[in-house]
Parts: sequence; structure tokens; C-alpha cells
Amino acid sequence: MARNRAFDVTTLPGFTTIAIVSFVLLYAPIVTLVVYSFNGGNSVNLWGGFSFKWYALAWKNDAVQGAAVRSFIIAIWASVISTSVATLAALGTTRRGRFRGQTLIYVMINQPLMVPEIVSAVALLIFFSTIKIATGYTGLAYLIIAHSAFCVPFAYLPIRARLEGMDMSMETAAADLYANPWQTFRYVTLPLLMPGVIAGAMLAFVISLDDVIITEFVKSAGQDTLPTYMLGQLRRALTPEVNAISTALLALTVLILTAFFIITKKRD
Amino acid sequence: MSAAGQRSKGANGWLLAAPALVLLLVAANGPLLIVAIYSFLEKGDYSGVRWILSGEAWFRVLFTRDIFDGTVSLADANLSIFWRSAKLSLATTVLTFAFGLPTAWFIATRAPRARAIWLFLITIPFWTNLLIRTFAIMEVIRNQGLLNTALINLGLITEPIQILYTDTAVLIGMAYVYLPLMVLPLFAAIDRFDFKLIEAGYDLYASRLQILRRVILPIIRPGIVAGSILVFVPSLGAYVTPRVLGGGKNMMIGNFIELQFGQGQNWPHGAALSMLLLVIVLGALILYTRVSAKDDPHG
Repeated sequence: MARNRAFDVTTLPGFTTIAIVSFVLLYAPIVTLVVYSFNGGNSVNLWGGFSFKWYALAWKNDAVQGAAVRSFIIAIWASVISTSVATLAALGTTRRGRFRGQTLIYVMINQPLMVPEIVSAVALLIFFSTIKIATGYTGLAYLIIAHSAFCVPFAYLPIRARLEGMDMSMETAAADLYANPWQTFRYVTLPLLMPGVIAGAMLAFVISLDDVIITEFVKSAGQDTLPTYMLGQLRRALTPEVNAISTALLALTVLILTAFFIITKKRD
Repeated sequence: MSAAGQRSKGANGWLLAAPALVLLLVAANGPLLIVAIYSFLEKGDYSGVRWILSGEAWFRVLFTRDIFDGTVSLADANLSIFWRSAKLSLATTVLTFAFGLPTAWFIATRAPRARAIWLFLITIPFWTNLLIRTFAIMEVIRNQGLLNTALINLGLITEPIQILYTDTAVLIGMAYVYLPLMVLPLFAAIDRFDFKLIEAGYDLYASRLQILRRVILPIIRPGIVAGSILVFVPSLGAYVTPRVLGGGKNMMIGNFIELQFGQGQNWPHGAALSMLLLVIVLGALILYTRVSAKDDPHG
């Protein structure tokens, strides 16, 4: 910044040092975790040369495979369901002026963000365990419904942001050209809204994939997802297998986030 | 606009929001109400509840009754868990602020291109699985971990320091996982800050400390409040980090709640503790909206 070159007022003593230390502290543990996932040795403590051994072992492990498949099934369903209902809700709560009860809708949608996750988890445990006993059904649907619900605010926020930034003149023009409301939505609003929808779906997917607490409380026996499987491994001796799973999940998250930033940046 | 027009607008809004609201009512808002009801019921023989109205679960939050003579005394075990949770959450907030303020300042004062990259570097840990980050910090502070190995190799210590499974480990872990939550709102506040004010301060012979205390901190106060709430609230309700790094003994409220639904088999008591945590968290959030409304010059 040229205006500060002579005497830099933006510099405060020690701030840059602490900032650099913060970044090192933030990344050192993650980098260590990633590096040790490629450890050829049998222990988490000693470096035994570079190898993909633990990735191969994790890949062949039936429990890990099952958990990975389950994680993806839940995350895909949760992101599709939450994004669909969030898109409708965003359309209902923006660009039609204020109406009675709008604040109540906001509070209901954002509630999962405000309530501590352990409290939500306990609430779902009580509710779903009663239903499980009453119906005898113990499938994945409980996890899918629970994940869909807490993903709604994450899908809703980027979609609403996109809608608020959109110009209404296109839709007015479509209506002037005798497009019916459905045609206007299908051929004008939805294509314009798409970046927001995709961004919302990605966030929902990542949030669902990462969830530990609610899944741990809602799942029935044998329904581990990747995060709850890793949490369960803690009781046993830690092997670099957990590092390998973590690194794979980490890579996926970074990939999705990078795509998310590219999509949301393009909006202008 | 006519009253009829208003009404149809509202009806359409509700109609479009309905699927989302039904989903949330079933799997988020509704179950919370059940927790509130359960906290006023009697505990079942093994788990679950008996549908008899009772204040016992709430009574047991603070007090305990002697099994033999029925004398009432304060529940020391519960109080020590509340105290630990409050203490650790507060310490986490202070620690993340100490590291977060300079970090946010550093990012906000970079040139636009570099700033986007530094900001992205803060966002990645923010979105990374909490469990993975907790694992990562565990690898560092374990007895045979990075930190102890390095200190031994440097000859500074001969025996590894036991950090894992202590309150210190929980504090380090929470500060580590919640640091981005402090940095992001602080950055947003500093980003809007007019640096000409600092120039003016220096022109008026203010020292650097005076500039920080009298100019910068008051102006970025909304960011400080937002960051503190964003760190304090999840710290207070933390479950994964104390479970992994505290090793079962050093429980926080979140783990204590879980215990009531597991080994403790006292669902009403767990429900009462959940409601207590919820009330504290909502109280903090309401306080935050009050403070930020006051800070807003247009509000």
C-alpha cells in the first residue's frame, strides 16, 4: 500500500511475528498428520520411509469401506434434500417484501447454528430412539433426516445471498414476454440462481461429511460413518491408518472448498 | 400495496418455506421441545423416563441428597464440571484473542491479492473436520509426539511432559480448533477500519499502546464481541475435543450430558443439563445482539 510507505501506520510491534507464529501453529499439526500418513513404519512415532501402505490397508479394511460408503450416501442425500428445501425457503423469504412471521422462519432455519451440537444430538437421540422402538425400523433414514435438517442453514445462506444480489428486471422482462410463473422460474430465475444453489449444496455436503456428534448419537449399531469410525478407533492403539483416512477426508474438503471459492468468486 | 396483496405474499412465503420448516420441525426444533419436557419427568429404571411430573432432574443439577439421612448439600461433582467448563471456555476465548487479533490485523493489512490468500489459509482449517484437527493436535502433544520428542532431542527435558489427558491439553486443543472463529470476525472489523485514524493519533503524539487501547480496540469492538461469542459458545458446549484430549476424566458439560444418556442412565437429568447449557448459550447470543445493536451507529 503506497500511501503508507514512508511511515507504515498499519504495523504494530510484534503483531506480524505473532501472526506468523499463529499460521505455523495452525498448520504444523495438520502437516505432521499428513506426512505421517505416508509413514512406511508400523508405529505412529517412528518414521520408516515413504509408503502408501496405510492407504492400502485402510482401503482394504471392510469397516472403513462400509463407513466411507455410508458417509457418502448420507452426505449426498443430505445435501440434495437440504439444498432443495433451502432453495424454496430462500425464494419464499427474499424478494417479496417483508411479511408476517418472516422472523420466525429465520429463527427456525438458523436454529441448528445457535444450539450447541451436543444438545441437538441428545434431542435427536430421545426422539429417534422412541420412533425406533415404535416402528422397529433402524435404517439410514434417521441419519439422513438428521443431517438434512442441520445442513439447511448452511445451504440456505449462500442461496439467499445470491438471490438478494440478483436483479429482478430479468424476471419482469420474462413476465412481460408472457412467460408463465413456472417458465420464468425454470428458464430465468433458476439458471441465474444456480451458482448459489451449487455453493449451498457443496457446503451442506462438507458439513454432513464432517459431522461427528449428531451421527454418534443417532446411529444404530453398525452404522459408523468415517468420523465416528475414527472416534471409535481412539479406544484402541492408534495406527497411521487413522492418519490416512484423515488425509483423504482433508484432501476432499480442500478440493470442494477450492471449487466453492471459485464458484462464488465468479458471481460478479 | 393492498392488504389482500400483503396476505397472499405472506402465504406464498410460508408455502415456499414449508418443506424446510417441516424438516426442521421434525429433526431440529421439535426434538428440543421434547428435551424440555423430559427434564421435568422422573427417570426410568434403566434408561428413558416415567411419565410422572418431577423437579428432581433440575434439583440434581445443583444439589445432592444423602442416600441415608436425606440431608441436602451442594452437588460438588457437578459444580466442579461447570466450573471447569466455564474456566476452560473463558481461557480459550482469551488465548484465541491473544493470537487472533495480531493474525487478523496482519491479514487485513496485506495488499488485496495476498490478503485473499492469507484469508483462504485461515478458512481451510475452519472448514476442516474438527475431529481431524483434534487428532492432529493430539499427535503433537502426545508423550511420544512432536513436541516432547523435539524437547528431548534438544536436551531441554529428559522425560516427556504429560500434557495429553490434562486440562491443559483440552485448553490447547480448543484454542487450536476455534482460532479461525476468532480471526474471521476480527478480520471483518479491521478490514473496515480507517487507518487515517492511526495517522491522526500519531500526529497527536499518542504512543503505540495508546493507539491500540484508545483508537483501535474501541473501533473494532463489534468484531471482538462477535469473535468472543463465536469461540466461547462452542467451547462451552464442546464434546469431541475434551473427549479426545481430556481422556474421560477431565469432563466438560458436553461429556457430562452424554454420560447421563450412557452409563449414568438418567435421561431427565441429562435433559435438564442440556436445557441449562442451551439457556446459557442463548443468553450469550442475546447479549451479543444487544451489544452489536448498540455499536451500530444507525441502529
